[in-house]
Amino acid sequence: MISPPRAHDHPGARALTERHRLRLWEPLPWLLALAFYFAFPQYLGFGTDLLVTILFAISLDLALGYAGIITLGHAAFFGAGAYTVGVLAYHGIWNEPITSLIAGAVVAAAIGLGSGLVLLRTTGLTLLMLTLCTMALLEEAANLGHDWTGGFDGLPSITIPPLFGLFEFNPLYPRTQYLYALGVLFLCFVFVRTLVYSPFGQSLTGIRENTLRMHAVGAPVRWRLVVCYTISAAVAGIAGGLWAQANAYVNLTTLGLDRAATVLIILVLGGYGRLYGAFIGAVAYMALQHFLSKVYPTAWQLGLGLLLVVIALFARGGILGLGDLLFRRRASGSTRS
Amino acid sequence: MTALLETRALSKSFGALRATSDVDFVLEEGARHALIGPNGAGKTTFINLLTGVLMPTAGRVLLRGRDITHVEQAERVKLGIARTFQINRLFRGLSVLENVYISVAERVGAASNMFTPAGRRRDVIEEAMQLLEALKLADDARHTIAELPYGRQRLVELAIALGQKPQVLLLDEPAAGVPSAESHIILDAIDALPKSIGVLIIDHDMDLVFRFAKRITVMVRGAVFAEGTPREIGGNPDVRAVYLGQATTGGAQAHG
Repeated sequence: MISPPRAHDHPGARALTERHRLRLWEPLPWLLALAFYFAFPQYLGFGTDLLVTILFAISLDLALGYAGIITLGHAAFFGAGAYTVGVLAYHGIWNEPITSLIAGAVVAAAIGLGSGLVLLRTTGLTLLMLTLCTMALLEEAANLGHDWTGGFDGLPSITIPPLFGLFEFNPLYPRTQYLYALGVLFLCFVFVRTLVYSPFGQSLTGIRENTLRMHAVGAPVRWRLVVCYTISAAVAGIAGGLWAQANAYVNLTTLGLDRAATVLIILVLGGYGRLYGAFIGAVAYMALQHFLSKVYPTAWQLGLGLLLVVIALFARGGILGLGDLLFRRRASGSTRS
Repeated sequence: MTALLETRALSKSFGALRATSDVDFVLEEGARHALIGPNGAGKTTFINLLTGVLMPTAGRVLLRGRDITHVEQAERVKLGIARTFQINRLFRGLSVLENVYISVAERVGAASNMFTPAGRRRDVIEEAMQLLEALKLADDARHTIAELPYGRQRLVELAIALGQKPQVLLLDEPAAGVPSAESHIILDAIDALPKSIGVLIIDHDMDLVFRFAKRITVMVRGAVFAEGTPREIGGNPDVRAVYLGQATTGGAQAHG
Protein backbone atom coordinates (compact mmCIF):
# COMPACT_ATOMS: atom_id res chain seq x y z
CA MET A 1 0.00 0.00 0.00
CA ILE A 2 1.38 3.40 -0.97
CA SER A 3 -1.14 5.71 0.64
CA PRO A 4 -0.46 6.49 4.31
CA PRO A 5 -1.93 3.77 6.54
CA ARG A 6 -5.20 4.71 8.10
CA ALA A 7 -6.79 3.02 11.07
CA HIS A 8 -9.54 1.37 9.06
CA ASP A 9 -6.91 -0.30 6.87
CA HIS A 10 -5.63 -2.14 9.93
CA PRO A 11 -5.95 -5.91 9.35
CA GLY A 12 -8.11 -6.14 12.47
CA ALA A 13 -10.76 -4.01 10.78
CA ARG A 14 -10.96 -6.24 7.72
CA ALA A 15 -13.48 -8.63 9.25
CA LEU A 16 -15.94 -5.73 9.45
CA THR A 17 -15.08 -3.85 6.24
CA GLU A 18 -15.42 -7.04 4.20
CA ARG A 19 -18.23 -8.69 6.11
CA HIS A 20 -20.99 -7.70 3.68
CA ARG A 21 -19.12 -8.84 0.58
CA LEU A 22 -20.51 -11.76 -1.34
CA ARG A 23 -18.70 -14.96 -0.45
CA LEU A 24 -17.74 -17.48 -3.08
CA TRP A 25 -20.25 -20.09 -1.97
CA GLU A 26 -23.22 -17.78 -1.64
CA PRO A 27 -24.67 -18.41 -5.11
CA LEU A 28 -24.66 -22.15 -4.30
CA PRO A 29 -28.10 -22.45 -2.64
CA TRP A 30 -29.71 -20.59 -5.56
CA LEU A 31 -27.98 -22.77 -8.14
CA LEU A 32 -29.10 -25.85 -6.21
CA ALA A 33 -32.67 -24.52 -6.12
CA LEU A 34 -32.59 -23.99 -9.90
CA ALA A 35 -31.05 -27.43 -10.43
CA PHE A 36 -33.87 -28.91 -8.33
CA TYR A 37 -36.39 -27.37 -10.74
CA PHE A 38 -34.91 -29.25 -13.68
CA ALA A 39 -33.89 -32.44 -11.86
CA PHE A 40 -37.07 -33.15 -9.90
CA PRO A 41 -40.08 -31.80 -11.81
CA GLN A 42 -42.30 -34.29 -9.97
CA TYR A 43 -41.35 -32.84 -6.57
CA LEU A 44 -41.94 -29.15 -7.29
CA GLY A 45 -44.90 -29.03 -4.89
CA PHE A 46 -42.63 -30.20 -2.10
CA GLY A 47 -39.96 -27.80 -3.34
CA THR A 48 -42.34 -24.83 -3.22
CA ASP A 49 -43.31 -25.74 0.32
CA LEU A 50 -39.62 -25.84 1.23
CA LEU A 51 -38.96 -22.39 -0.28
CA VAL A 52 -41.91 -20.90 1.59
CA THR A 53 -40.69 -22.47 4.83
CA ILE A 54 -37.21 -21.03 4.26
CA LEU A 55 -38.67 -17.55 3.76
CA PHE A 56 -40.74 -17.89 6.93
CA ALA A 57 -37.65 -19.04 8.85
CA ILE A 58 -35.67 -16.05 7.53
CA SER A 59 -38.32 -13.70 8.84
CA LEU A 60 -38.07 -15.33 12.25
CA ASP A 61 -34.28 -15.17 12.12
CA LEU A 62 -34.44 -11.39 11.74
CA ALA A 63 -36.50 -11.00 14.91
CA LEU A 64 -35.18 -13.88 17.01
CA GLY A 65 -31.70 -14.51 15.67
CA TYR A 66 -30.60 -10.92 15.13
CA ALA A 67 -32.62 -8.75 17.50
CA GLY A 68 -33.09 -11.45 20.15
CA ILE A 69 -36.88 -11.04 20.30
CA ILE A 70 -38.08 -14.27 21.90
CA THR A 71 -41.26 -15.22 20.09
CA LEU A 72 -43.37 -18.32 19.85
CA GLY A 73 -46.12 -16.65 17.88
CA HIS A 74 -44.58 -15.85 14.55
CA ALA A 75 -47.22 -17.87 12.68
CA ALA A 76 -49.57 -14.98 13.51
CA PHE A 77 -47.92 -13.02 10.70
CA PHE A 78 -47.67 -15.99 8.36
CA GLY A 79 -51.40 -16.55 8.85
CA ALA A 80 -52.19 -12.85 8.49
CA GLY A 81 -50.47 -12.84 5.10
CA ALA A 82 -52.13 -16.09 4.03
CA TYR A 83 -55.61 -14.97 5.08
CA THR A 84 -55.19 -11.54 3.48
CA VAL A 85 -54.37 -13.15 0.13
CA GLY A 86 -57.06 -15.80 0.64
CA VAL A 87 -59.89 -13.51 1.71
CA LEU A 88 -59.18 -10.94 -1.02
CA ALA A 89 -59.12 -13.63 -3.72
CA TYR A 90 -62.01 -15.76 -2.39
CA HIS A 91 -64.40 -12.85 -2.17
CA GLY A 92 -63.38 -11.64 -5.60
CA ILE A 93 -61.93 -8.36 -4.33
CA TRP A 94 -58.38 -8.68 -5.59
CA ASN A 95 -56.23 -11.60 -6.73
CA GLU A 96 -53.33 -10.38 -8.85
CA PRO A 97 -50.46 -12.42 -7.34
CA ILE A 98 -47.76 -9.82 -6.67
CA THR A 99 -49.94 -6.99 -5.41
CA SER A 100 -51.81 -9.53 -3.27
CA LEU A 101 -48.51 -10.51 -1.66
CA ILE A 102 -47.80 -6.86 -0.96
CA ALA A 103 -51.25 -6.55 0.63
CA GLY A 104 -50.42 -9.60 2.78
CA ALA A 105 -47.14 -7.99 3.80
CA VAL A 106 -48.87 -4.71 4.72
CA VAL A 107 -51.53 -6.38 6.86
CA ALA A 108 -48.95 -8.57 8.62
CA ALA A 109 -46.71 -5.53 9.17
CA ALA A 110 -49.63 -3.56 10.63
CA ILE A 111 -50.35 -6.39 13.08
CA GLY A 112 -46.63 -6.62 13.86
CA LEU A 113 -46.46 -2.89 14.51
CA GLY A 114 -49.59 -2.81 16.64
CA SER A 115 -48.73 -5.83 18.75
CA GLY A 116 -45.02 -4.93 18.82
CA LEU A 117 -45.71 -1.50 20.33
CA VAL A 118 -47.39 -3.24 23.25
CA LEU A 119 -45.47 -6.46 23.76
CA LEU A 120 -41.92 -5.26 23.08
CA ARG A 121 -42.11 -3.38 26.38
CA THR A 122 -41.64 -6.79 27.96
CA THR A 123 -38.86 -9.37 27.75
CA GLY A 124 -38.24 -13.04 28.39
CA LEU A 125 -41.08 -15.30 29.44
CA THR A 126 -43.65 -12.49 29.49
CA LEU A 127 -42.79 -11.61 25.91
CA LEU A 128 -42.95 -15.27 24.91
CA MET A 129 -46.44 -15.67 26.39
CA LEU A 130 -47.68 -12.43 24.84
CA THR A 131 -46.54 -13.46 21.35
CA LEU A 132 -48.34 -16.76 21.91
CA CYS A 133 -51.47 -14.86 23.00
CA THR A 134 -51.38 -12.60 19.95
CA MET A 135 -51.31 -15.65 17.71
CA ALA A 136 -54.09 -17.40 19.66
CA LEU A 137 -56.29 -14.29 19.37
CA LEU A 138 -55.78 -14.12 15.61
CA GLU A 139 -56.45 -17.83 15.25
CA GLU A 140 -59.67 -17.49 17.19
CA ALA A 141 -60.67 -14.46 15.13
CA ALA A 142 -60.12 -16.46 11.95
CA ASN A 143 -62.13 -19.31 13.46
CA LEU A 144 -65.05 -17.08 14.43
CA GLY A 145 -65.13 -14.78 11.42
CA HIS A 146 -66.82 -17.50 9.43
CA ASP A 147 -68.39 -15.27 6.77
CA TRP A 148 -65.05 -13.91 5.73
CA THR A 149 -62.54 -16.59 6.63
CA GLY A 150 -64.55 -19.77 6.25
CA GLY A 151 -64.06 -20.44 9.97
CA PHE A 152 -62.78 -23.87 10.91
CA ASP A 153 -62.94 -25.14 7.32
CA GLY A 154 -60.93 -22.28 5.89
CA LEU A 155 -61.30 -21.05 2.32
CA PRO A 156 -61.29 -24.22 0.22
CA SER A 157 -60.32 -22.95 -3.19
CA ILE A 158 -59.11 -19.60 -4.35
CA THR A 159 -58.29 -18.69 -7.91
CA ILE A 160 -55.02 -16.99 -8.66
CA PRO A 161 -54.74 -15.48 -12.13
CA PRO A 162 -51.61 -16.12 -14.20
CA LEU A 163 -48.44 -14.41 -13.04
CA PHE A 164 -47.76 -11.30 -15.16
CA GLY A 165 -50.83 -12.49 -17.11
CA LEU A 166 -48.67 -15.23 -18.67
CA PHE A 167 -47.76 -18.05 -16.32
CA GLU A 168 -50.57 -20.27 -15.07
CA PHE A 169 -50.69 -21.51 -11.49
CA ASN A 170 -51.32 -25.16 -12.27
CA PRO A 171 -51.98 -27.20 -9.09
CA LEU A 172 -50.84 -30.45 -10.71
CA TYR A 173 -47.62 -29.12 -12.26
CA PRO A 174 -46.58 -26.36 -9.89
CA ARG A 175 -43.74 -25.03 -12.04
CA THR A 176 -44.92 -21.43 -11.91
CA GLN A 177 -45.42 -21.67 -8.17
CA TYR A 178 -41.89 -22.98 -7.65
CA LEU A 179 -40.11 -20.33 -9.71
CA TYR A 180 -42.38 -17.61 -8.36
CA ALA A 181 -41.62 -18.67 -4.77
CA LEU A 182 -37.92 -18.84 -5.60
CA GLY A 183 -37.98 -15.32 -7.06
CA VAL A 184 -39.85 -13.88 -4.09
CA LEU A 185 -37.54 -15.70 -1.67
CA PHE A 186 -34.52 -14.31 -3.48
CA LEU A 187 -35.76 -10.71 -3.35
CA CYS A 188 -36.70 -10.98 0.32
CA PHE A 189 -33.39 -12.63 1.12
CA VAL A 190 -31.40 -9.87 -0.58
CA PHE A 191 -33.39 -7.35 1.44
CA VAL A 192 -32.85 -9.14 4.75
CA ARG A 193 -29.17 -9.73 3.98
CA THR A 194 -28.67 -6.02 3.28
CA LEU A 195 -30.50 -5.19 6.47
CA VAL A 196 -28.51 -7.43 8.81
CA TYR A 197 -25.16 -6.18 7.47
CA SER A 198 -26.19 -2.52 7.79
CA PRO A 199 -25.50 -0.31 10.81
CA PHE A 200 -29.16 -0.86 11.74
CA GLY A 201 -28.59 -4.63 11.72
CA GLN A 202 -25.46 -4.13 13.77
CA SER A 203 -27.45 -2.21 16.36
CA LEU A 204 -30.00 -5.06 16.47
CA THR A 205 -27.24 -7.51 17.37
CA GLY A 206 -26.14 -4.99 19.99
CA ILE A 207 -29.63 -5.08 21.51
CA ARG A 208 -29.53 -8.87 21.44
CA GLU A 209 -26.13 -9.03 23.11
CA ASN A 210 -26.69 -6.36 25.76
CA THR A 211 -29.89 -4.32 25.87
CA LEU A 212 -28.85 -2.28 28.90
CA ARG A 213 -25.62 -1.18 27.25
CA MET A 214 -27.54 -0.14 24.14
CA HIS A 215 -29.59 2.19 26.34
CA ALA A 216 -26.33 3.52 27.80
CA VAL A 217 -24.95 4.43 24.37
CA GLY A 218 -28.11 6.35 23.65
CA ALA A 219 -29.86 3.94 21.29
CA PRO A 220 -33.66 4.16 20.91
CA VAL A 221 -33.90 0.48 21.81
CA ARG A 222 -37.64 -0.06 21.84
CA TRP A 223 -38.20 1.81 18.61
CA ARG A 224 -35.49 -0.27 16.88
CA LEU A 225 -37.12 -3.46 18.13
CA VAL A 226 -40.54 -2.35 16.94
CA VAL A 227 -39.16 -1.52 13.47
CA CYS A 228 -37.38 -4.88 13.29
CA TYR A 229 -40.46 -6.76 14.47
CA THR A 230 -42.62 -4.98 11.89
CA ILE A 231 -40.24 -5.80 9.05
CA SER A 232 -39.99 -9.39 10.23
CA ALA A 233 -43.79 -9.58 10.33
CA ALA A 234 -44.02 -8.23 6.78
CA VAL A 235 -41.62 -10.89 5.49
CA ALA A 236 -43.55 -13.60 7.36
CA GLY A 237 -46.73 -12.20 5.79
CA ILE A 238 -45.20 -12.56 2.34
CA ALA A 239 -44.30 -16.17 3.15
CA GLY A 240 -47.88 -16.81 4.26
CA GLY A 241 -49.28 -15.15 1.16
CA LEU A 242 -47.05 -17.31 -1.01
CA TRP A 243 -48.27 -20.38 0.81
CA ALA A 244 -51.89 -19.44 0.13
CA GLN A 245 -51.21 -18.78 -3.55
CA ALA A 246 -49.18 -21.95 -4.04
CA ASN A 247 -51.74 -24.18 -2.33
CA ALA A 248 -54.79 -22.25 -3.58
CA TYR A 249 -56.47 -22.56 -0.19
CA VAL A 250 -56.17 -21.14 3.32
CA ASN A 251 -56.96 -22.77 6.62
CA LEU A 252 -56.31 -22.43 10.33
CA THR A 253 -53.03 -24.39 10.17
CA THR A 254 -51.37 -21.23 8.78
CA LEU A 255 -52.00 -19.54 12.13
CA GLY A 256 -51.41 -22.33 14.58
CA LEU A 257 -48.87 -23.09 17.27
CA ASP A 258 -47.75 -26.09 15.23
CA ARG A 259 -46.45 -23.88 12.46
CA ALA A 260 -44.89 -21.39 14.88
CA ALA A 261 -43.10 -24.19 16.75
CA THR A 262 -41.94 -25.91 13.57
CA VAL A 263 -40.32 -22.78 12.19
CA LEU A 264 -38.60 -22.21 15.53
CA ILE A 265 -37.28 -25.79 15.48
CA ILE A 266 -36.04 -25.27 11.92
CA LEU A 267 -34.17 -22.14 12.89
CA VAL A 268 -32.61 -23.69 15.98
CA LEU A 269 -31.67 -26.75 13.96
CA GLY A 270 -30.01 -24.73 11.22
CA GLY A 271 -28.51 -22.07 13.48
CA TYR A 272 -30.14 -18.73 14.34
CA GLY A 273 -28.60 -15.32 13.71
CA ARG A 274 -26.70 -16.76 10.78
CA LEU A 275 -28.83 -15.87 7.77
CA TYR A 276 -28.27 -19.26 6.08
CA GLY A 277 -29.44 -21.21 9.12
CA ALA A 278 -32.97 -20.94 7.70
CA PHE A 279 -31.90 -22.75 4.51
CA ILE A 280 -29.94 -25.51 6.23
CA GLY A 281 -32.55 -25.94 8.96
CA ALA A 282 -35.48 -26.20 6.55
CA VAL A 283 -33.71 -28.74 4.34
CA ALA A 284 -32.53 -30.74 7.37
CA TYR A 285 -35.98 -30.68 8.95
CA MET A 286 -37.75 -31.79 5.76
CA ALA A 287 -35.15 -34.50 5.16
CA LEU A 288 -35.43 -35.75 8.74
CA GLN A 289 -39.19 -35.73 8.55
CA HIS A 290 -39.06 -37.72 5.33
CA PHE A 291 -36.48 -40.23 6.56
CA LEU A 292 -37.68 -40.69 10.13
CA SER A 293 -41.35 -40.95 9.24
CA LYS A 294 -40.49 -43.80 6.91
CA VAL A 295 -38.55 -45.68 9.56
CA TYR A 296 -40.80 -44.85 12.51
CA PRO A 297 -44.15 -43.73 11.05
CA THR A 298 -45.83 -43.31 14.44
CA ALA A 299 -43.02 -41.87 16.54
CA TRP A 300 -40.82 -39.95 14.10
CA GLN A 301 -41.02 -36.79 16.14
CA LEU A 302 -39.22 -38.61 18.94
CA GLY A 303 -36.10 -38.74 16.80
CA LEU A 304 -36.45 -35.04 16.00
CA GLY A 305 -36.85 -34.28 19.69
CA LEU A 306 -33.71 -36.21 20.58
CA LEU A 307 -31.74 -34.38 17.91
CA LEU A 308 -32.97 -31.04 19.29
CA VAL A 309 -31.86 -32.02 22.78
CA VAL A 310 -28.42 -32.81 21.41
CA ILE A 311 -28.30 -29.49 19.53
CA ALA A 312 -29.43 -27.54 22.58
CA LEU A 313 -26.84 -29.22 24.79
CA PHE A 314 -23.81 -29.42 22.55
CA ALA A 315 -24.29 -27.21 19.51
CA ARG A 316 -26.04 -23.95 20.37
CA GLY A 317 -25.24 -22.58 16.94
CA GLY A 318 -27.16 -25.38 15.20
CA ILE A 319 -25.83 -27.24 12.19
CA LEU A 320 -24.12 -24.14 10.79
CA GLY A 321 -22.54 -23.40 14.16
CA LEU A 322 -21.24 -26.95 14.32
CA GLY A 323 -19.79 -26.59 10.81
CA ASP A 324 -18.15 -23.30 11.83
CA LEU A 325 -16.59 -24.94 14.86
CA LEU A 326 -15.19 -27.89 12.89
CA PHE A 327 -13.89 -25.56 10.19
CA ARG A 328 -12.11 -23.39 12.76
CA ARG A 329 -10.60 -26.37 14.58
CA ARG A 330 -9.32 -27.70 11.32
CA ALA A 331 -7.90 -24.33 10.33
CA SER A 332 -6.12 -23.86 13.66
CA GLY A 333 -4.94 -27.49 13.56
CA SER A 334 -3.37 -27.10 10.14
CA THR A 335 -1.54 -23.90 11.10
CA ARG A 336 -0.08 -25.65 14.10
CA SER A 337 1.22 -28.70 12.27
CA MET B 1 -18.13 29.98 35.65
CA THR B 2 -20.87 27.38 35.53
CA ALA B 3 -19.89 23.89 36.56
CA LEU B 4 -19.84 21.11 33.98
CA LEU B 5 -22.14 18.91 36.00
CA GLU B 6 -23.85 19.87 39.20
CA THR B 7 -26.43 18.44 41.56
CA ARG B 8 -28.48 20.45 44.02
CA ALA B 9 -30.07 18.78 47.04
CA LEU B 10 -30.36 15.59 45.02
CA SER B 11 -32.29 12.86 46.86
CA LYS B 12 -33.51 9.41 46.02
CA SER B 13 -35.58 7.17 48.26
CA PHE B 14 -36.54 3.57 47.72
CA GLY B 15 -39.46 3.26 50.10
CA ALA B 16 -38.06 3.99 53.55
CA LEU B 17 -34.48 3.71 52.35
CA ARG B 18 -32.85 7.02 51.60
CA ALA B 19 -30.18 5.97 49.10
CA THR B 20 -29.16 9.51 48.21
CA SER B 21 -29.89 12.40 50.51
CA ASP B 22 -29.46 16.08 49.77
CA VAL B 23 -26.32 15.73 47.70
CA ASP B 24 -24.78 18.98 46.49
CA PHE B 25 -22.05 18.05 44.13
CA VAL B 26 -20.00 19.89 41.50
CA LEU B 27 -17.92 18.40 38.72
CA GLU B 28 -15.76 21.06 37.09
CA GLU B 29 -14.71 21.28 33.46
CA GLY B 30 -11.80 18.87 32.87
CA ALA B 31 -12.07 17.60 36.45
CA ARG B 32 -10.37 14.51 37.80
CA HIS B 33 -12.74 13.78 40.61
CA ALA B 34 -13.13 10.65 42.71
CA LEU B 35 -16.16 9.47 44.64
CA ILE B 36 -15.39 7.09 47.45
CA GLY B 37 -17.31 5.60 50.31
CA PRO B 38 -18.00 2.30 52.05
CA ASN B 39 -20.09 -0.39 50.43
CA GLY B 40 -23.72 0.60 50.22
CA ALA B 41 -22.94 4.30 50.55
CA GLY B 42 -25.04 5.02 47.45
CA LYS B 43 -22.27 5.69 44.96
CA THR B 44 -23.75 3.66 42.13
CA THR B 45 -27.23 5.04 42.84
CA PHE B 46 -25.74 8.51 42.51
CA ILE B 47 -24.23 7.58 39.12
CA ASN B 48 -27.60 6.20 38.04
CA LEU B 49 -29.20 9.53 38.98
CA LEU B 50 -26.60 11.44 36.97
CA THR B 51 -27.11 9.27 33.88
CA GLY B 52 -30.89 9.20 34.09
CA VAL B 53 -31.26 5.47 34.74
CA LEU B 54 -33.05 6.50 37.93
CA MET B 55 -35.16 9.60 38.48
CA PRO B 56 -34.57 11.51 41.74
CA THR B 57 -37.22 11.86 44.42
CA ALA B 58 -36.15 15.48 44.91
CA GLY B 59 -33.44 17.88 43.84
CA ARG B 60 -31.94 18.85 40.51
CA VAL B 61 -29.22 17.82 38.07
CA LEU B 62 -27.61 20.54 35.95
CA LEU B 63 -25.36 20.15 32.92
CA ARG B 64 -23.54 23.41 32.19
CA GLY B 65 -26.30 25.18 34.07
CA ARG B 66 -29.07 23.53 32.08
CA ASP B 67 -31.61 21.60 34.13
CA ILE B 68 -31.56 18.00 32.94
CA THR B 69 -33.33 16.47 35.95
CA HIS B 70 -36.15 15.10 33.81
CA VAL B 71 -34.18 14.37 30.65
CA GLU B 72 -34.18 10.71 29.67
CA GLN B 73 -31.14 8.48 29.64
CA ALA B 74 -30.69 8.32 25.85
CA GLU B 75 -31.01 12.09 25.60
CA ARG B 76 -28.39 12.66 28.33
CA VAL B 77 -26.01 10.42 26.39
CA LYS B 78 -26.51 12.68 23.39
CA LEU B 79 -25.77 15.68 25.63
CA GLY B 80 -22.39 14.16 26.46
CA ILE B 81 -22.73 12.11 29.63
CA ALA B 82 -21.20 8.66 29.22
CA ARG B 83 -20.40 5.99 31.75
CA THR B 84 -18.75 2.64 32.21
CA PHE B 85 -20.10 -0.12 34.38
CA GLN B 86 -18.78 -1.76 37.50
CA ILE B 87 -19.52 -5.16 35.97
CA ASN B 88 -18.77 -5.38 32.24
CA ARG B 89 -21.72 -4.67 30.01
CA LEU B 90 -20.33 -5.58 26.64
CA PHE B 91 -21.69 -7.10 23.45
CA ARG B 92 -20.08 -10.42 24.28
CA GLY B 93 -20.75 -12.32 21.08
CA LEU B 94 -19.48 -9.50 18.86
CA SER B 95 -15.95 -8.49 17.94
CA VAL B 96 -14.10 -5.75 19.79
CA LEU B 97 -14.37 -3.47 16.77
CA GLU B 98 -18.11 -4.11 16.45
CA ASN B 99 -18.53 -3.21 20.13
CA VAL B 100 -17.00 0.22 19.58
CA TYR B 101 -18.61 0.58 16.14
CA ILE B 102 -22.05 0.31 17.74
CA SER B 103 -21.26 3.14 20.11
CA VAL B 104 -19.75 5.44 17.47
CA ALA B 105 -22.51 4.68 14.94
CA GLU B 106 -25.09 5.62 17.53
CA ARG B 107 -23.41 8.94 18.23
CA VAL B 108 -22.95 10.02 14.61
CA GLY B 109 -26.49 8.93 13.73
CA ALA B 110 -25.46 6.12 11.38
CA ALA B 111 -27.24 3.39 13.33
CA SER B 112 -30.67 3.87 11.79
CA ASN B 113 -29.31 3.27 8.28
CA MET B 114 -30.69 0.01 6.90
CA PHE B 115 -29.33 -0.06 3.40
CA THR B 116 -25.60 0.72 3.44
CA PRO B 117 -23.33 -2.06 4.67
CA ALA B 118 -21.86 -1.29 8.08
CA GLY B 119 -18.43 -1.98 6.59
CA ARG B 120 -18.80 0.90 4.13
CA ARG B 121 -19.15 3.52 6.83
CA ARG B 122 -15.40 4.11 6.76
CA ASP B 123 -15.77 7.21 8.94
CA VAL B 124 -17.30 5.16 11.75
CA ILE B 125 -14.75 2.36 11.40
CA GLU B 126 -11.90 4.88 11.24
CA GLU B 127 -12.98 6.50 14.48
CA ALA B 128 -13.56 3.19 16.23
CA MET B 129 -10.16 1.87 15.14
CA GLN B 130 -8.44 5.06 16.32
CA LEU B 131 -10.01 4.60 19.72
CA LEU B 132 -8.84 0.99 19.78
CA GLU B 133 -5.34 2.04 18.76
CA ALA B 134 -5.23 4.65 21.50
CA LEU B 135 -6.15 1.96 24.02
CA LYS B 136 -3.73 -0.54 22.41
CA LEU B 137 -6.63 -2.80 21.45
CA ALA B 138 -6.25 -2.60 17.68
CA ASP B 139 -4.67 -6.03 17.38
CA ASP B 140 -7.66 -7.53 19.17
CA ALA B 141 -10.18 -5.74 16.91
CA ARG B 142 -11.43 -8.91 15.24
CA HIS B 143 -11.61 -11.03 18.38
CA THR B 144 -14.84 -11.50 20.24
CA ILE B 145 -15.09 -10.18 23.78
CA ALA B 146 -15.19 -13.72 25.18
CA GLU B 147 -11.74 -14.34 23.71
CA LEU B 148 -10.13 -11.46 25.65
CA PRO B 149 -8.62 -11.57 29.14
CA TYR B 150 -10.67 -9.63 31.68
CA GLY B 151 -8.30 -6.69 31.87
CA ARG B 152 -8.60 -6.04 28.17
CA GLN B 153 -12.36 -6.44 28.36
CA ARG B 154 -12.35 -3.57 30.85
CA LEU B 155 -10.58 -1.48 28.22
CA VAL B 156 -13.37 -2.23 25.73
CA GLU B 157 -15.82 -1.06 28.39
CA LEU B 158 -13.90 2.23 28.40
CA ALA B 159 -13.65 2.35 24.58
CA ILE B 160 -17.44 2.06 24.19
CA ALA B 161 -17.92 5.01 26.56
CA LEU B 162 -15.27 7.05 24.73
CA GLY B 163 -17.02 6.29 21.45
CA GLN B 164 -19.69 8.69 22.70
CA LYS B 165 -17.13 11.55 22.74
CA PRO B 166 -18.35 12.44 26.22
CA GLN B 167 -17.86 15.73 28.06
CA VAL B 168 -18.64 13.97 31.31
CA LEU B 169 -17.27 10.48 31.86
CA LEU B 170 -18.41 8.47 34.84
CA LEU B 171 -16.20 5.49 35.61
CA ASP B 172 -17.72 2.96 37.97
CA GLU B 173 -14.81 0.96 39.43
CA PRO B 174 -12.88 0.78 36.15
CA ALA B 175 -10.28 -1.62 37.53
CA ALA B 176 -12.69 -3.89 39.43
CA GLY B 177 -11.92 -7.55 38.98
CA VAL B 178 -8.74 -6.91 37.04
CA PRO B 179 -5.74 -8.88 38.30
CA SER B 180 -3.10 -6.52 39.69
CA ALA B 181 -0.64 -7.60 36.99
CA GLU B 182 -3.00 -6.15 34.38
CA SER B 183 -4.38 -3.16 36.25
CA HIS B 184 -1.63 -0.84 34.98
CA ILE B 185 -3.21 -0.93 31.48
CA ILE B 186 -6.40 0.48 32.93
CA LEU B 187 -4.53 3.10 34.96
CA ASP B 188 -2.48 4.15 31.95
CA ALA B 189 -5.63 4.42 29.84
CA ILE B 190 -7.30 6.60 32.46
CA ASP B 191 -4.20 8.79 32.73
CA ALA B 192 -4.28 9.23 28.96
CA LEU B 193 -7.92 10.39 28.76
CA PRO B 194 -8.33 13.72 26.97
CA LYS B 195 -7.83 16.59 29.41
CA SER B 196 -11.02 18.29 28.30
CA ILE B 197 -13.28 15.53 29.63
CA GLY B 198 -14.61 15.92 33.15
CA VAL B 199 -14.03 12.53 34.76
CA LEU B 200 -15.71 11.17 37.87
CA ILE B 201 -14.29 7.90 39.09
CA ILE B 202 -15.79 5.63 41.72
CA ASP B 203 -13.40 3.18 43.23
CA HIS B 204 -12.35 1.25 46.28
CA ASP B 205 -8.75 1.08 45.19
CA MET B 206 -7.12 3.89 47.15
CA ASP B 207 -3.89 3.73 45.16
CA LEU B 208 -5.86 4.40 42.00
CA VAL B 209 -7.97 7.14 43.59
CA PHE B 210 -5.04 9.01 45.09
CA ARG B 211 -2.99 8.68 41.94
CA PHE B 212 -5.79 9.88 39.70
CA ALA B 213 -7.91 12.39 41.58
CA LYS B 214 -7.36 16.09 42.09
CA ARG B 215 -10.47 16.19 44.21
CA ILE B 216 -12.24 13.57 46.31
CA THR B 217 -15.79 13.36 47.60
CA VAL B 218 -16.54 10.89 50.38
CA MET B 219 -20.07 9.59 50.50
CA VAL B 220 -21.53 7.80 53.50
CA ARG B 221 -25.12 6.59 53.76
CA GLY B 222 -26.17 8.50 50.69
CA ALA B 223 -24.89 11.87 51.88
CA VAL B 224 -21.70 13.81 51.22
CA PHE B 225 -19.53 13.16 54.25
CA ALA B 226 -16.44 15.12 53.27
CA GLU B 227 -14.91 16.72 50.21
CA GLY B 228 -11.48 18.08 49.43
CA THR B 229 -8.11 17.54 47.83
CA PRO B 230 -6.50 14.11 48.22
CA ARG B 231 -4.24 15.55 50.90
CA GLU B 232 -7.18 16.93 52.89
CA ILE B 233 -9.15 13.72 52.58
CA GLY B 234 -6.13 11.57 53.40
CA GLY B 235 -5.49 13.63 56.50
CA ASN B 236 -9.10 13.85 57.67
CA PRO B 237 -9.45 11.72 60.81
CA ASP B 238 -13.22 11.29 60.38
CA VAL B 239 -12.76 9.94 56.87
CA ARG B 240 -10.03 7.65 58.10
CA ALA B 241 -12.44 6.41 60.71
CA VAL B 242 -15.36 5.65 58.42
CA TYR B 243 -13.51 4.49 55.42
CA LEU B 244 -9.78 4.50 55.03
CA GLY B 245 -9.08 2.76 58.31
CA GLN B 246 -10.48 -0.46 59.66
CA ALA B 247 -12.86 1.12 62.15
CA THR B 248 -15.75 1.36 59.69
CA THR B 249 -18.44 0.32 62.15
CA GLY B 250 -16.99 2.38 64.99
CA GLY B 251 -16.92 5.48 62.80
CA ALA B 252 -20.44 4.92 61.55
CA GLN B 253 -21.66 4.64 65.14
CA ALA B 254 -19.78 7.76 66.15
CA HIS B 255 -21.53 9.75 63.44
CA GLY B 256 -24.81 7.87 63.31
